Amino acid sequence: MSVASVILFLLAFSYNTTLVVAGTALLGATAGLVGTFLLLRKQSLLGDALSHATLPGIGIAFAVMSALGLSGRSLPGLLIGASVTGLMGVLLVIAIRRTTRLKDDAAMGIVLSVFFGLGIAILRMVQEIPGQSAAGLSSFIYGKPASMIMSDLILITITLVATITACLLILKELTLLCFDDSFASTQGWPTTLLDVLLMALVTAVTVVGLQSVGLILIIAFLITPPTAARFWTNNLRTMLWLSAIIGAVSGWLGAWLSSIYPDLPAGAIIVIAAGVIFLISMIFGPTRGVLPRYLRQLQLKRKVGRQHLLRSAYEIMEIDQGTHPLRNLPVPLARLREHRSWTKGELPQLIRQARREDHLEKQPGGDLRLSEAGFGKAARITRNHRLWELYLITHADVAPSQVDRDADMVEHILGAEMVHQLEAELDLRDHVLESPHQIANDVASCPESPPHS
Amino acid sequence: MTWTQNDTGILLVGILCAMACALPGCFLLLRRMSMMGDAISHAVLPGLAIAFLISNSRASVAMFIGAALAGILTALFTQWITKFGKVDRGAAMGIVFTTLFAIGLILIKKTADHVDLDASCVLYGALEHTPLDSVTLWENEGSILAVPRAALVVGGVFLFNLLIINLFFKEFTLASFDPALARTQGYRPMLMHYLLMMMVAITTVAAFEAVGSIIVIAMLIVPPATAFLLTRNLPLLIALSLALAALGAILGHLSSQWIPHLTGLPETTSSGMMATLSGFLFLLVWLFGPQGLLRRSSVQIEEPPAQVF
Repeated sequence: MSVASVILFLLAFSYNTTLVVAGTALLGATAGLVGTFLLLRKQSLLGDALSHATLPGIGIAFAVMSALGLSGRSLPGLLIGASVTGLMGVLLVIAIRRTTRLKDDAAMGIVLSVFFGLGIAILRMVQEIPGQSAAGLSSFIYGKPASMIMSDLILITITLVATITACLLILKELTLLCFDDSFASTQGWPTTLLDVLLMALVTAVTVVGLQSVGLILIIAFLITPPTAARFWTNNLRTMLWLSAIIGAVSGWLGAWLSSIYPDLPAGAIIVIAAGVIFLISMIFGPTRGVLPRYLRQLQLKRKVGRQHLLRSAYEIMEIDQGTHPLRNLPVPLARLREHRSWTKGELPQLIRQARREDHLEKQPGGDLRLSEAGFGKAARITRNHRLWELYLITHADVAPSQVDRDADMVEHILGAEMVHQLEAELDLRDHVLESPHQIANDVASCPESPPHS
Repeated sequence: MTWTQNDTGILLVGILCAMACALPGCFLLLRRMSMMGDAISHAVLPGLAIAFLISNSRASVAMFIGAALAGILTALFTQWITKFGKVDRGAAMGIVFTTLFAIGLILIKKTADHVDLDASCVLYGALEHTPLDSVTLWENEGSILAVPRAALVVGGVFLFNLLIINLFFKEFTLASFDPALARTQGYRPMLMHYLLMMMVAITTVAAFEAVGSIIVIAMLIVPPATAFLLTRNLPLLIALSLALAALGAILGHLSSQWIPHLTGLPETTSSGMMATLSGFLFLLVWLFGPQGLLRRSSVQIEEPPAQVF
């Protein structure tokens, strides 16, 4: 969907709905941005502890404002209270982790649950403060974007824009912190301060998001978009963009659907939208997605298998004819089968593939014969294999009886450049060399069957 | 402020609930999977909702089965996303439990018409209301011994957890401290892992009704973590956790009656105060315990290992 049609679509709503939807989308974008650093710092769940820890702050702020004779439900006051206890929670997690034998997970669990328990106890107490209605406070738990009013939205927008600006200003420092914090500290960067700054940014997003997503699900806004974006790219800048876009789309979708179906919890729809995007990314994401990675592995495995097939055919001809130059004679299938230990069904499949690529032809008698191109390729592969073996024997002190196996691991990825270097190193130029070790004629005489790497 | 039959009922449910949670909590803590308790207690929601839909009742075996399945699925999904997607485990857990919780919320909203369950009850529980639904155990010449139904449920789960841990104590211990050794000895650490996850899920469900999904986390983690600061001996850790759990529940309920009175406010939720007071006990041990912060200044101990923030 193009940007223009999105805008047109948004304009079709009432003025207020449009604002709420846009605000939630902006929140999603900011959360995606800040969450990226949280994810790369491997601190995703710290956001969960933080968001739960905001609840007592909301209750206390309500009580204090009521005691001062103000309206207990004014948003700025509540958000300040939430920020204070939220940050306090995070600092406590760090303190527990640094001063006891307890690990991360326990520290976060303790802070999260105890602060939340305190929060609901306080909310229950302040509910009965005379002259004030605390009824809206519980909407912070599940979120209710529709309850936002214009002044709330302005406050939220200002906070989010400030967060994005701050994030972009210390982009370089945050990047360094995420990728190599020990290097950062040896270079004199104040890593602890940077960590606290990152937490402050997370706090800003969390607190602002309480009203639309709720404190339980805001964590999904911080985690899911960056994790989904990670499957599409290895570049941080691209990842930041993608993560922000995914966050914005889920926020927009959630707020929009919940304006149509007001009885559905908006936070839940946002989280499910983000979850669906995550699932698609995890399966299809080109860089780290499960399916593309599987296909790449399969491709490599097949390439290696085909090279093994061609080399086996070449070696069998060598054994049969004894002298160079070799003539391209047919090779019986049975000989191929016993030359290497193939896995079940591997050989027929490889032969099919090689025939498709015109490297192999089937003779009328059932024997296999390398084609012109296949013969050349087989000679080249065998030569590379032996070059590498010789190199290992002369320069890496690998015993001749072991070298076949070691060479097997790398020969498939030797580039032309590398081959030239090897030739220069070993002072060899032309024909296919003799094998530096005895070629196993059949599997039985082989000390250990070669792996099909 | 007077002590009533109701208070006895609430206290009984609270203590049993805290003790039932502390048992699997010890092993969660040792396996460094405390946040898995958080994840599972959120993620059982869709399991519950679907079980409600099918069985149409609140107190049923279907509920426990649904929860146990949802708990195991959470562990499985987290495992898969970590393994196949090469995602940080914390992030994988966060994605799984928030998504499942969101699905559960929507299911509950959609089925709220014919099921007696609402979203706020999931979070807070209704500890105050448990004594209203009681079962008569024994009745003789006018004297009645009645206990809340919830007490029977959490008590049953407590005994179940005790039984499982007794049966598989050796396996659990080995799988917690050295999964690799456990595997070579044929103890199937993954099976133990999923058994533990199932225990957490069942306990969570039993405790749900009484204390809500987040206070459960406090009951799972805080007493074992407090005990962990006091001892390095596993049986002692479990015993101390149980004692601390009970103590936290008792003090929690008492303070829920007493603290609001000081400020002139009405009573507050016992479950929230139980979590708070467990946290307070943790704070005391953290500050004044044998390895406590305030004891350290006098004794020179080694620098704590440099930790990533």
